[in-house]
Amino acid sequence: MAEKVLMKGNEAIAEAAIRAGCRHYFGYPITPQTEVAAYMAKRMPKIGGTFLQAESEISAINMVYGVAGTGKRVMTSSSSPGISLKQEGISYIAGADLPALIVNVQRGGPGLGGIQPSQSDYFQSTKGGGHGDYRMIVLTPESVQEMADMTALAFELAEKYRMPAMLLADGTMGQMMEPVELPEESNDTVEKPWAVTGTEGKREHNIINSLYLKPEELEQKNIERYERYKLIEETEARYESFMMDDAEYCVVAFGIAARVAKNAVVAARKEGVKVGMIRPITVWPFPKAPIAEAADKVRAFISVELSMGQMIEDIRLASECKKPVYLCNRVGGMIPSPEEVYAKIMEVKGGSK
Amino acid sequence: MAVVFQKPKALTDAPLHYCPGCTHGIIHRLVAEAIDTLGVEGKTIGVAPVGCSVMAYDYFSCDMVEAAHGRAPAVATGLKRAFPENVIFTYQGDGDLASIGMAETVHAAARNENITVIFVNNAIYGMTGGQMAPTSLPGQVTQTSPYGRDVTTAGYPIRVSEMLCTLDGPEYIERVAVNSVKNVKAAGKAILKAFRNQVEGKGFSLIEVVSTCPTNWGMTPNDALKWVDENMIPYYPLGVYKDKSAQKEEK
Repeated sequence: MAEKVLMKGNEAIAEAAIRAGCRHYFGYPITPQTEVAAYMAKRMPKIGGTFLQAESEISAINMVYGVAGTGKRVMTSSSSPGISLKQEGISYIAGADLPALIVNVQRGGPGLGGIQPSQSDYFQSTKGGGHGDYRMIVLTPESVQEMADMTALAFELAEKYRMPAMLLADGTMGQMMEPVELPEESNDTVEKPWAVTGTEGKREHNIINSLYLKPEELEQKNIERYERYKLIEETEARYESFMMDDAEYCVVAFGIAARVAKNAVVAARKEGVKVGMIRPITVWPFPKAPIAEAADKVRAFISVELSMGQMIEDIRLASECKKPVYLCNRVGGMIPSPEEVYAKIMEVKGGSK
Repeated sequence: MAVVFQKPKALTDAPLHYCPGCTHGIIHRLVAEAIDTLGVEGKTIGVAPVGCSVMAYDYFSCDMVEAAHGRAPAVATGLKRAFPENVIFTYQGDGDLASIGMAETVHAAARNENITVIFVNNAIYGMTGGQMAPTSLPGQVTQTSPYGRDVTTAGYPIRVSEMLCTLDGPEYIERVAVNSVKNVKAAGKAILKAFRNQVEGKGFSLIEVVSTCPTNWGMTPNDALKWVDENMIPYYPLGVYKDKSAQKEEK
């Protein structure tokens, strides 16, 4: 087994990306993800890579679009207000069917919001964000280890399906230090006949493009993309199921909220409450199947979120509203304590027959 | 039979969609001739803008990328950093480069990004039907300045070449026009130099090409060419604004 090192979540992302063969990073300073850029600024020049501090998040994502067109692994990172600025580029990346990694170390919003952790970009990440019909694969790490592992996975999935992938973390994940076993060196193995590399006079020119002026052609492009999305929904939904076998109550939480909620679940179990947890690891595709299955068994769901209740809508949809879904949340940079989640479990248990 | 003129190899056979009298066709040809002359078509990647030349990706036979409005210099930066040995150019209009993409333009120039930028200035948004551009002249009537550009409310036109030449970064900045045979020849030379600079690793080269828009100016093609001489060039004087290598040699 490889040696474990103590790292900040943001640094783990950067090192994992480098180990995954990413040699192009474009960013713009914003708290609480700055360590990603700082790490890249130190390392990239030493390994023949590119670190470029762009003039704006908009430019950074368009630089990403440029490299993505060449088929090379490329990423950017930012935090909520900066991710809003990147939406234009993300839509173009999706529209041109390019792989790229976008990291969002979320902070409270809307507007300038705050700099403390949040999960309030859930809608933005999973429902669109930019214009047009498109999806992103969205991975939600709950530890520094997962920050590293999911960075590598995000590159892989983005290439496999030719689409943007997002690592949806939060300020806690970015800032906290934990021992981490760094992933092995890897690189892309997918053939990319579509990439712009220069024709070398050997083939027709490749065009990276999202413009289709003929409506029937644009419609067809969208339909094809959604066929791919359907396949992803069927095969790539990831989740962790915790104490769900005999559960009468189901907590649903991802990222830092899941870390907190797990303690509450364990504490409630000690009191004899049959409660379990489903932790979505991908929030798009959302793990609908385990939620649907739970809907036939449990009495109620509790969505634990660092938002005013965004994922709760997906839980309701996946469970077809068969059982009530309660919200346990803190926002604005506040994090619910295990005691608060525990109290919510007890309240729901007391109230639902 | 001796061939005295032919379409450059770096242009495809696709018919151009440009309006009669528009000078985009000439500028496309000059760019393609530069690519042919340097023999770099196989390693060239072009970046098309949003605007009239949005479909330039169909006209150049090299690999092409279609960028979001104004972002071509950022996209080109990504391409150049991924493939430093390739030749990367952008082809942009005035709205694209000097309005929505001004930040991308200025910063690519400041970084002396080793790319070639072809900046087509016809003082109007052509594709969307003739709105006021950042380079529309004072008093110029457009769809969004129907009483003439009023500088007290709409501000003044931006002289991009003059502005960029104040930066330490860029290698080469020249303004040319394509409204006469003489000017077309000079423009061809400038565009070739801008590509050669890149091949020689000299850095950011921008050629501002004063162009026409007979359709949206509401003129015949001939009158449009005259309007360039009488109105555009006096406001946007032709010439070399920056040539870092030449300046070094003088010293």
